[in-house]
Amino acid sequence: MSEIAVAEPVAVDLEARPGRPWRLLFSTAWAQHRTKIGLGITLLIVGVAFIGPFLAPYEPDQGVEGQFPFAPPSSETWFGTDDLGRDVLSRFLAGGVSVLVLAGLSTAFGIVLGVAVGLTAAYSRGTLDDLLMRSMDVLLSLPQIVFALVLAATVGPELWLLVLAVGVTTMPRAARVTRGAAVEVVEKDYVRAAEAIGLPRRRILFSEVLPNISSPLIVETTLRLTFNVAVVAGLSFLGFGLQPPAADWGLMINENRNGLTIQPWPVVLPVLAIALLTIGTSLIGDGISRAAIGIERGRSGRG
Amino acid sequence: MSDGAPALEVVDLRVEVDYGAREDIVDEISLQVVAGEVLGLVGESGSGKTTVGLAILGHTRRGARIARGEVRIEGRDILALPPLERQRLRGRLVSYVPQDPASALSPAMRIGRQLEEALTEHGFGASDAERQARIVEVLGEVLLPTDATFLRRYPHQLSGGQQQRVALAMAFANRPRVIVLDEPTTGLDVTTQAHVLETVRELCAAHGVAAVYVSHDLAVVATLASRVAVMYSGRLAEVGPTGTLFRLAAHPYTRRLVEAIPELSGKHALVGIPGTAPRPGHRPTGCFFAPRCPYMEMSCTVAPPELETIAAEHEVRCFRYADVLRDAVAARPMATPRAEIEVEDALVSVLGVDASYGARQVLYDVELVIRPRECLALVGESGSGKTTLARCIAGLHATYTGAIAYQGRPLLAGSRARDADTRREIQYVFQSPYNSLNPRKTIRQIVGQPVRVFFDVGGADVRGRVTEALERVQLSRTVLDRYPHQLSGGERQRAAIARALIAEPQLLVCDEVTSALDVSVQAAIIDVLAELQRELDIGLLFVTHNLALIRTLSQEVAVMSQGRIVERGLVDDVLDNPSAEYTRKLLSDTPSLEAALAASG
Repeated sequence: MSEIAVAEPVAVDLEARPGRPWRLLFSTAWAQHRTKIGLGITLLIVGVAFIGPFLAPYEPDQGVEGQFPFAPPSSETWFGTDDLGRDVLSRFLAGGVSVLVLAGLSTAFGIVLGVAVGLTAAYSRGTLDDLLMRSMDVLLSLPQIVFALVLAATVGPELWLLVLAVGVTTMPRAARVTRGAAVEVVEKDYVRAAEAIGLPRRRILFSEVLPNISSPLIVETTLRLTFNVAVVAGLSFLGFGLQPPAADWGLMINENRNGLTIQPWPVVLPVLAIALLTIGTSLIGDGISRAAIGIERGRSGRG
Repeated sequence: MSDGAPALEVVDLRVEVDYGAREDIVDEISLQVVAGEVLGLVGESGSGKTTVGLAILGHTRRGARIARGEVRIEGRDILALPPLERQRLRGRLVSYVPQDPASALSPAMRIGRQLEEALTEHGFGASDAERQARIVEVLGEVLLPTDATFLRRYPHQLSGGQQQRVALAMAFANRPRVIVLDEPTTGLDVTTQAHVLETVRELCAAHGVAAVYVSHDLAVVATLASRVAVMYSGRLAEVGPTGTLFRLAAHPYTRRLVEAIPELSGKHALVGIPGTAPRPGHRPTGCFFAPRCPYMEMSCTVAPPELETIAAEHEVRCFRYADVLRDAVAARPMATPRAEIEVEDALVSVLGVDASYGARQVLYDVELVIRPRECLALVGESGSGKTTLARCIAGLHATYTGAIAYQGRPLLAGSRARDADTRREIQYVFQSPYNSLNPRKTIRQIVGQPVRVFFDVGGADVRGRVTEALERVQLSRTVLDRYPHQLSGGERQRAAIARALIAEPQLLVCDEVTSALDVSVQAAIIDVLAELQRELDIGLLFVTHNLALIRTLSQEVAVMSQGRIVERGLVDDVLDNPSAEYTRKLLSDTPSLEAALAASG
């Protein structure tokens, strides 16, 4: 939550910009430079990861003929070769998809679970609330990496396990943000009004409460995605993601760290990409967060 | 009271927004207040009255700045002073009492300490003993206890009325020459309000303080102020002695405002003002009130009128004030006689209901009958339990004992326990329309929701019913695809009423539905409710703290105090011959324009 609180809001004149809440949120976010830069960086890296595999000049998992391991950049291999004499550029271009897809899946999984838990807790209050939130606290106390390591050590390095582990550790954070935002909303009179006409609980949660906490949730999602990109890359660095000889950014860093002094490119390229991606997504999240607070101020200022 | 040089003089003040087009929030404000006099500064929300109040302290809200003008206190222009020096004057020469006393007092500091700080900060007195003596003196003046135990209390240990008195004490502590009071009694009960107003009047007169009392409540201003300045859309519309202004207003806006004030006698109809005041940047050329004015003619739309002196101490900003004054005798329209009721079987009967919030009991053995097609007013001060009772009936408060029957059948506690028909037939309208409409839905979706829940009808039929319900509450079709934040407060409350009506209820529970709205809007909402009750034959439970509202609307009234019904009966009987001591007190404390004018002669 602290990451959200520090954001400075942008001034929003609702008089001049009425209209649909979603369009208002995104257009206000878009009006800031940080959002544009963030989106540009993110799209660049996502583009590299998804289009890259088709552009790779060599087979990413086979050595280039006539090239030694850790060969420096040359006209044939622009960024040199790695520890087994494979083309660094090809492995880099092919190795991004796994990081992005795994991080995306685990974030989505964690957010959905977390929102469900947080909404239920906020609406029920009482014992169920305590029960759910305290178990979230227990999960929160487990370090993300260690939790994944324990799971992987018992079951083996499976990709679904990685998604599950990262997702489950994402859940408590999402649940806390959801509950924190929703406890205020469930006290509003429009929720009372929906109860008074007998709307089912599920519909109250999804049509009355959820849309009103969407801004903090979007911000939280971008934040968790940023974190999970790093965690997923870290786990595959430790050998719990894709297995060799597959191309993967985390794996590349691990395989080539011994040659860092003679051939830095196979480490530098993936590190740069991961760093840029996390910066990009957090800039987007920041932009949306400022826009959301600005809109909220503008709206309550008229009340 | 008008002898001598003015203690406060505002000359041609202009405050503008500090970004973009530099639109003015208020402009051409000139006022004088002599020592010991209370000037009422009235206007509806957004009229700029608080902006003027703050500017008298040389202060503005964030995003605004004082662009021009002078604020002279005892002849010295404080706006010309450097900021730091001006800041030092605040609290000493000129002081401020805010609307919400809770925000003026530091929650972590004892009362005595805060008062002491207010004195030392301005170098009052030579010694601690002198300052302590002043604290005891000023607490006595605002009728608070002066013993050490009281001084050691924290703000949260005091009632709202006591907190406001402490804020008053702080404002008067340094014996200022000018004091600005910004709606200081809005959050208080009528009894407490009456006491605080009395204190303010006495202190100002006794110590020769010039006071500006900012308020939207004209009845309060009429009881307190000797002169009144009416603001409309950032300009002074009319300035004059209280009696003249309320009896013989020369500005059409003042006239309409007075007609919108509810009166205890209920003789006259409450008339709202259609339309809304223009915001800064959207003001018309010509008179700002012209688009809503019944006296409007071509010349009014060409250039704005100037503030003109038309009699001693009476200034007005209107081209046609002569015509307005000529219509004086035509005066106010009389009230439409409300429908007479026959004694019928009860629609809802409440028998021996006790209810509590957690460990605190808020209702004690309540008995009540609401008849079909009648309007029952449930009157009481905040904390009297009236909202809890309304919520028990509407199924929003489920923890009570005792029996509530609806059309002869027992009514189960809590809406989830009730069947769909019962839920449909009892509808609830919430106090604040800023809180009761989902900001993420359009008015069409909000008003249409009960249709989808209660009636098995298709999309076209839903649309038809929604437009019909909106017409009933006099909302135009253009709001259909708007979101709540794009509507004014009055429009939002109409939409909330439309949402209740669309369910075709037998009983409409209205919980303080006008308390968050301006008087002119309140009048229009009351009008809508009265018409609904006449035309749709529905029962109404009208919960309010404002006794002056009920005569126009209700046939019967129940008065609540501290969780008990202290008096029940026909409205005329109860208001004219109250039998309970509490009702009498409530009646005498309710600020009333008629009483104030009668007293001023």
